[in-house]
Amino acid sequence: MSAEGFSVLYPYLIGLSALLFTLGAIGVLVRRNALILFMSVELMLNAANLAFVAFARALNQLDGQVFVFFVMVVAAAEVAVGLALIVTIFKTKKSTNVDDISALKG
Amino acid sequence: MATDIILFVILAAIAIVCAIAMIITRNAVHSAIFLVIVMATLAIFFLGLSGPFIAMVQIAVYAGAIMVLFLFVVMLLGAERVGAQTGMKWQVPIALVLGVILLTVAGLLLVRAGPTTVPSAATSSFTSQVPGACADDVKQVQSTGTVIGTPCLVGDQLFTAYLFPFEIVSVLLLAAMVGAIVLTRRPAESKT
Amino acid sequence: MEQVFSIAWLIIVFPIAGLLINLAFGRRMTERGLGTVAATAAGASFFVSLLVVIALIGLEPEARLIGKEVPLWQFFSIGNTAVEFGLKLDALSGTMLMVVTFVGTLIHIYAIGYMHGDPRFQRFFIYLNLFMAAMLTLVLANNYLMMFFGWEGVGLCSFLLIGFWFEKDANGDAARKAMVANRIGDYGVMLAMLAMFVGVGSLQYGDVFRAFEEGHGALAGLATGVTLLLFLGVTGKSAQIPLYVWLPDAMAGPTPVSALIHAATMVTAGVYLIARSEPIFHLVPDVQGFVAIVGAATALFAGTIALAQFDIKKVLAYSTVSQLGFMVSAVGMGATAAGIFHLGTHAFFKALLFLGAGSVIHGVEHGHHHISHYSHTSTPSEEHFDPQDMRNMGGVWNRMRTTAIVYIIGALGLAGVVPFAGFWSKDEILLEASKLNQVAYILLLIAAGFTAFYITRQVLMVFFGQPKSEAAGQAQESPRVMIVPLIILAFFVTTIGLINAPGISLFSTWLEGEAHGEFDLSIAAISTAIALGAIGLGILVYRPRPKVEGAPDDPLRRLGLIFSTLNAKYKIDEIYDLLFIRPFKALARFLADVIDGRFWHDWFHDTVIARTFKWLANFTAFPIDKGIVDRFFDGIGRAIAWGGRQLRRTQTGYVRNYALVVLMGVVAIVVWFASRMLGQ
Repeated sequence: MSAEGFSVLYPYLIGLSALLFTLGAIGVLVRRNALILFMSVELMLNAANLAFVAFARALNQLDGQVFVFFVMVVAAAEVAVGLALIVTIFKTKKSTNVDDISALKG
Repeated sequence: MATDIILFVILAAIAIVCAIAMIITRNAVHSAIFLVIVMATLAIFFLGLSGPFIAMVQIAVYAGAIMVLFLFVVMLLGAERVGAQTGMKWQVPIALVLGVILLTVAGLLLVRAGPTTVPSAATSSFTSQVPGACADDVKQVQSTGTVIGTPCLVGDQLFTAYLFPFEIVSVLLLAAMVGAIVLTRRPAESKT
Repeated sequence: MEQVFSIAWLIIVFPIAGLLINLAFGRRMTERGLGTVAATAAGASFFVSLLVVIALIGLEPEARLIGKEVPLWQFFSIGNTAVEFGLKLDALSGTMLMVVTFVGTLIHIYAIGYMHGDPRFQRFFIYLNLFMAAMLTLVLANNYLMMFFGWEGVGLCSFLLIGFWFEKDANGDAARKAMVANRIGDYGVMLAMLAMFVGVGSLQYGDVFRAFEEGHGALAGLATGVTLLLFLGVTGKSAQIPLYVWLPDAMAGPTPVSALIHAATMVTAGVYLIARSEPIFHLVPDVQGFVAIVGAATALFAGTIALAQFDIKKVLAYSTVSQLGFMVSAVGMGATAAGIFHLGTHAFFKALLFLGAGSVIHGVEHGHHHISHYSHTSTPSEEHFDPQDMRNMGGVWNRMRTTAIVYIIGALGLAGVVPFAGFWSKDEILLEASKLNQVAYILLLIAAGFTAFYITRQVLMVFFGQPKSEAAGQAQESPRVMIVPLIILAFFVTTIGLINAPGISLFSTWLEGEAHGEFDLSIAAISTAIALGAIGLGILVYRPRPKVEGAPDDPLRRLGLIFSTLNAKYKIDEIYDLLFIRPFKALARFLADVIDGRFWHDWFHDTVIARTFKWLANFTAFPIDKGIVDRFFDGIGRAIAWGGRQLRRTQTGYVRNYALVVLMGVVAIVVWFASRMLGQ
């Protein structure tokens, strides 16, 4: 690996990040399975992490990487709670179809 | 240089394909596996972007812990297969349209905005925040002119400049832990 | 003696004080007390009047003519013009004072006896005092407005007193008739006053007369108008043609009222007015001639009616109208002293005649009660017994000697027989008339003849012959309180003529500052001959005869239609009713029912206004308020509800929809920022 690494490819990295993010967003909107929906959210977070690291490298700083660290921690916490929620809902609804959870329909 | 580009293209393609697959596939387990592959790809990217520590953390935490947790739950709930799309068929086209718009905008921005190379900050005067720590890493940074995200340097930042968020995040973890336990606890016996 | 002028206002105040005392305390006072208060008030006025006259006598003749003005207070002032109320004390007002207060006092005393037992005794004397106050105001005023106050005041009292026994409808009608006729005349006076005020700028006698005399050219037309309008008032108040019709009906009031108001005082107000306004009349000889003719014509006209009446008071009423004609004619043609002299003498003998008639009526009524109380057989004729009908009288000479004597004295005075008062005054009028207005002279001469004839007829019918009813046969003499004033009046009737006899023309010098013309024997001889001749004719026709069954009630019935026309007073009242009253009533009814009722109220108010308003209210309520306004606000509400319903559809309850919305927002923001960055 050269010292610059992928550094010269920042635009493409950012573009990749955008693409992954978009795909994650589409996934959130399209899938009905709660777990896959959740995984799409994780994909979005990862896309954001990529963008952070790319920019950190571009600016020759560490701040981006530190931030990625935090994002991961938060993602972990979020996954823990989210999955607990899904499990709890599954106990009552017996289904992971998010469309079944529409009690807040106005 | 060329190797970087080739590597990048291959990895990017893998990531994109797996991401699409993850979205499309019906099997939740398959979906999880595809996501793991995406994460691995991203870890390699991190490595290439002078973020060794982060790359390892990605593999260890994200792909290792979080995805495993996902798989546990998937298998716990038996959610491998989910039925065909029913109702709200119109959501798909709209989502696709929105995605296209987003990408277009991003693309425009990338094409038209700024130089591709960014002037880097001078590293001749780079020092660690904590005096005297990570001497080797500092020397490496000063000599190569590139800031590398070694564990020592990242930790250095974490415990000085980003101390407060660090502590907050730890509290957050605690809260999440407690929350998860509370949510999944069996309700206390009401009778007898 | 001059100081008495400064207390002259007491003359008016005494009667006012009298009526106030009677008003305040009358409930607790006896008849005697009430009467005494009222009569004392009148007497006190007389006393002060006497002092004033004595003081006036003490003045030089010129000063006497101008007289004294005693200002009282300013009534109103508009800009530069003002009307000052005050008293004018000169020979003319002095004369009127003596007549009014003296005769008035005597009649007050008489009325105490006449009204004995009347339930409204207190009110009667209050009215009498009120009348005195008003008449004295009229006489003592120094300007036309104050005079008019008195003029209207006596008109009011006339109404109140004529209709005093208002339980009988006829009395109320008579009172109203008097009021209406007087009112028509009052318009004349009011218009005259307005013309004076506009033309001259003042209503004070002095100012007006001076203005007319000096500005004769400019105010000539005004003078004609003013005098004619004043004369209209005179025809009303002094009962001349055409407004005399109220006087005969006014006999419905108590006899003292007839005597005081309708013989001696109120009716003479018109004569006084012309006399007072002589400076204006002087400027328009044509009007003077007109007034003289009308007066003379009235004298003759009324005289003819009088000889065919059967009610004792009606005869005297028409006689009054006739004598007023004499007076009006005299002052109209400019013979002020003659007219006023006759006013004075007439007051005495007419009052005497009226009070005497009252005494006779009183006696006959008494006799009637006597019969119905003590006799056990009541004849049907007693049901409708009229004590005033001369056909029920006769032979009273034997029953009421004193009354009869004084009555005959009064009759001779009226007829104008030497040496009684009427002769001197009437003769003087005829003398002046022969010089000033021949036509009037002829008419007055004939009227004098009729006068003597009808009074002879009355005397013979009432006092002589056989009593034509039992009541008359049982008549009794009246109490002293009624007789004594009669005697006093008779005395004056006898003597007072002499004060202006030729050679002793005290009165003319007193009033006009010069002795009147030389005694013309021929005129005197003619008038005496006519009078005696008429009396003789009367005795011939009406001499007492034995009662014959089936004879007509009056020998003159032989004249057939003439007599019945005269008896029916030429049907003037009926003509007036047809010509004026009925159309007026019809017009009034039309205006009330059709114009006011049907048009104004029913149609205009109810239909136009009310229905339009209701329609308008309906319109604004239903189409506008309900239709537009309500719909507008309801619409707003419904629109908001609809908006809410539409918005609610976004709350699907599906997580994925919410995520979509979030993403849409994100995309929007990104696009916006990107466009800004790309645009730079």
